Amino acid sequence: MELQAVLMAAGGGSRMTDLTYSTPKPMLPVGNKPLMWYPLNLLERVGFEEVIVITTKEVQKMMSTDQKMKLEVKMKLDVECIQEDGDMGTADALRHIQHKIKTDILVVSCDLITDVALHEVVDLFRAHNATLAMLMSKAHEFTETVPGQKGKKKTAEQRDFVGVDQSGKRLLFMANEADLEDGLSIRKSIMRKHPRMHIKTGLVDAHLYCLKKAVVDFLTENKSISSIRGELVPYLVRKQFSKTTNSHKIKDNTDDQNQKMNDGSTNHELLISSCNEPLLQLAQKRSCWNDHRGDMSEAYHGGKLRCYVHIMDQGLCYRVNTLAAYIEANRLAPKLFEDPAVHPSAVISERCQMGSDSIIGAQCQVADKTSIKRSTIGNSTTVKEKVKVTNSIIMHGVTIEEGCNIQGSVICSNAVIGRGADLKYCLVGNGQRIEPEAERTNEVIVGTDQLMEI
Amino acid sequence: MADSGVTDGPGKKGDIERVKAEGKELTKEEKQRLRKEKKQQKKNKEKKDDKASQKSEKEKKPVSSAAPASQPLTQNTAQKAPSAVPAPAPVPVPASEAPAPADKPAKSKAELKAERRARQEAERASKQNKKGDVGQQATAGKPKAPPSELQPVVKRLPEHIQVDNPDVLKKLAKKLERQQIPLRSDYGYKVSLFSHLHQYSRKAPLTQQLSIPSSVIHPAIVRLGLQYSQGIVAGSNARSVALLHAFKQVIRDYTTPPNEELSRDLVNKLKPYISFLNQCRPLSASMGNAIKYIKKEISNISSQCKEEEAKSHLLDCIERYINEKIILAAEAIARSSIEKISDGDVILVYGCSSLVNHILCEAFKKGRKFRVIVVDSRPRLEGREALRRLVQKGISCTYVLISAVSYILPEVSKVFLGAHALLANGYVMSRVGTSQIALVAKAFNVPVLVCCETYKFCERVQTDSFVSNELDDPDDLIVTRKGKTQLEHWQEVPSLGLLNLVYDVTPPDFVDLVITELGMIPCTSVPVVLRVKNVDQ
Repeated sequence: MELQAVLMAAGGGSRMTDLTYSTPKPMLPVGNKPLMWYPLNLLERVGFEEVIVITTKEVQKMMSTDQKMKLEVKMKLDVECIQEDGDMGTADALRHIQHKIKTDILVVSCDLITDVALHEVVDLFRAHNATLAMLMSKAHEFTETVPGQKGKKKTAEQRDFVGVDQSGKRLLFMANEADLEDGLSIRKSIMRKHPRMHIKTGLVDAHLYCLKKAVVDFLTENKSISSIRGELVPYLVRKQFSKTTNSHKIKDNTDDQNQKMNDGSTNHELLISSCNEPLLQLAQKRSCWNDHRGDMSEAYHGGKLRCYVHIMDQGLCYRVNTLAAYIEANRLAPKLFEDPAVHPSAVISERCQMGSDSIIGAQCQVADKTSIKRSTIGNSTTVKEKVKVTNSIIMHGVTIEEGCNIQGSVICSNAVIGRGADLKYCLVGNGQRIEPEAERTNEVIVGTDQLMEI
Repeated sequence: MADSGVTDGPGKKGDIERVKAEGKELTKEEKQRLRKEKKQQKKNKEKKDDKASQKSEKEKKPVSSAAPASQPLTQNTAQKAPSAVPAPAPVPVPASEAPAPADKPAKSKAELKAERRARQEAERASKQNKKGDVGQQATAGKPKAPPSELQPVVKRLPEHIQVDNPDVLKKLAKKLERQQIPLRSDYGYKVSLFSHLHQYSRKAPLTQQLSIPSSVIHPAIVRLGLQYSQGIVAGSNARSVALLHAFKQVIRDYTTPPNEELSRDLVNKLKPYISFLNQCRPLSASMGNAIKYIKKEISNISSQCKEEEAKSHLLDCIERYINEKIILAAEAIARSSIEKISDGDVILVYGCSSLVNHILCEAFKKGRKFRVIVVDSRPRLEGREALRRLVQKGISCTYVLISAVSYILPEVSKVFLGAHALLANGYVMSRVGTSQIALVAKAFNVPVLVCCETYKFCERVQTDSFVSNELDDPDDLIVTRKGKTQLEHWQEVPSLGLLNLVYDVTPPDFVDLVITELGMIPCTSVPVVLRVKNVDQ
């Protein structure tokens, strides 16, 4: 077997607590499908037959009852449950399932919605015998107004600085603005080997990683690393150019044994450096290919640890971890699939005006004289007469009474909107009731228990 | 009756020639027609005087002298018995034609044999007239189509040089479908002279159509195919070593299914992998020989052998093959070529040949004083890599492009060339540009030495670079200078075609010596080496 897929679905959705306090993030409906269906679909389309899903017990229960998951996901899902307490990082989760991992792994996050050609990332991993291959995409600006946001969008969050080489494939440098105190410093060894580096900041990390099995073994030994994105990836990128891994090529194979005993930390590096069988080395020596030119060193500068990145400039790639992203994803996700916009079991009366870019879920009931434009309506929702729904996301089991006007809002499951309510850019939490004739603009309406948590 | 036969003859003959050229099986009527025609031809020949028959003998002689060595080796069809005879047969056949009709009523069996031979000769003559190429009948390193026992005279062309024939393409597609390997589609406009070859784009890798955790093809082979198509593993030796390494991994992960024999099942398992690698990049002659060797070793495993034993035996064989044929051969060649390098020499090398680089580094280590001129050519610019390796060892080098070769040759005392394969008629197949260098060196009376291990010796015969070659991605020729890419939209210009050839053949007249691990031999002794190798095996 070549690659094992691992889906990380235990995240808490800490940046959109308004939505996730009742529904766990992996099961949030996007285009009437649970969020984790999208990466699973991506894996299935590409040809995976088994996926290891790391998630919480709650999500596992919801997964087993969800219709969409049962019917449309044909792969074998091996669910591993971990505690909900949130202390476990992604790397800790990998350590937890270490016994199940037998080959190189492909780690995907549950909030990734993309139509990338996955072979581009995996080809980099295979062809260069890389330790890490990841996917990034040019970030898109979110244009929709986000409910509950007061004032202008706050200034850019902590930026990521990503340094790639001339070809745009080799990852040379990765740091987050938060970790850089006075400035961006680049080691001379990197500059000597790659005199031309392109540093990009407007990239979104898709959290899709191909990792060698040796990295997982390294994680089990090195328990201090708890997050893949936050700690493991920058560590690997740094280690490409560290002196210890490169000096191995000068030393004999026999010396490696002494090295192991002397310096405990290099033990780890030996694990993650690509295993170089003598035949592979011979082939590389005899091959007239070099990844760079202009200096005297051999291909890859003799380094055994290599990190590659595939940067998408076209196509969809979203990480649904903020409210703005969630709204944007709802708008665009349906374009990925050819599912009919209106579910066959929905009951829609004839005098309803429905735009072509709206999605109606199963068992909905839409009454007369309603107008639904650019919206998503979840399963088992009831929309009474003379309701105008524009640019909104309505989740499952919602009841909207007559005469309501809902614009640019997000209504969570099982909410009830009273008669004649007028909601503009609001977020109505789970199970909330909006009183009739209410007029709310740009508000987040959640229950008191939610407020208590904050 | 006779007249009608004669008049019908030419028309039908044209028909049948066409059918044969397309490589189809002849139907029963066509076979009968063929036999009748041959009888008529013999009668016509009888009527002509002896001079005419002697003329035909003479023109067959030089043709067959080039081919006699290749014929017994290349006749891999079912005609094992008669094939032993054709070598000396070309001359006696015309002679036997004369007595044969005289004995017609008596010996029918002998007559049929003679008829068959005459048929073969006639076909060979007609084929030569058509294509002007002797070795067309020979197949590439591995037998492509099963030999038809009923039609020993029909020669099959290898599929990879018949791309403009839609039937062959259909057959190929069916074969790949059976093996569950995606078909790689050709890219871009092909120059008409080379439209019979495949031309792929590097931006459309074969892995696009494969499922990602590849289950049909072993992951080591997928990785290898990717590395071939992206050029990460390039160079005859490197490709063979990488191939054998991947096969080692395949063998290690292999388990015999129940009710199957390892010797037969493993060979069947390897077939789709080889097709896959062929689709990624056409196999080289050295790879073909390595595959032949492995297949032979696998089929020679006795059924009593336990699986573990068999696998370790195979892994040992592979190790030994690489050690003997590549590593030790390189040592032996380095040792013999040192005698040819004297102090004060100016040596010219072309491109990046791992063997030539090895020789020069060894000679420098042993203390010879010489300098090297590295000649390079677009679009591969492999000379830069050779330059780096030589300069790293301390050898003083000059670097020129191939357009300057006639200006720099007056300084050169020897030319060392590497080879991709050595063909059975003594021609050297190497990177495109090698024949140019050999030609100019000959004009300047500079000795040309070709270094080649014996495992690259190929039974194929070729006299020109058109018949069988490799077309690389035409987009490699596009270059951006000062921000302008002139050829960016070359596909939209209807009268423009980009040609990126990879190999060319150098005639043996331009090569003075071939240095192999068996010694230093002239180019024309290659068939002898091949024969000796075959006898050994």
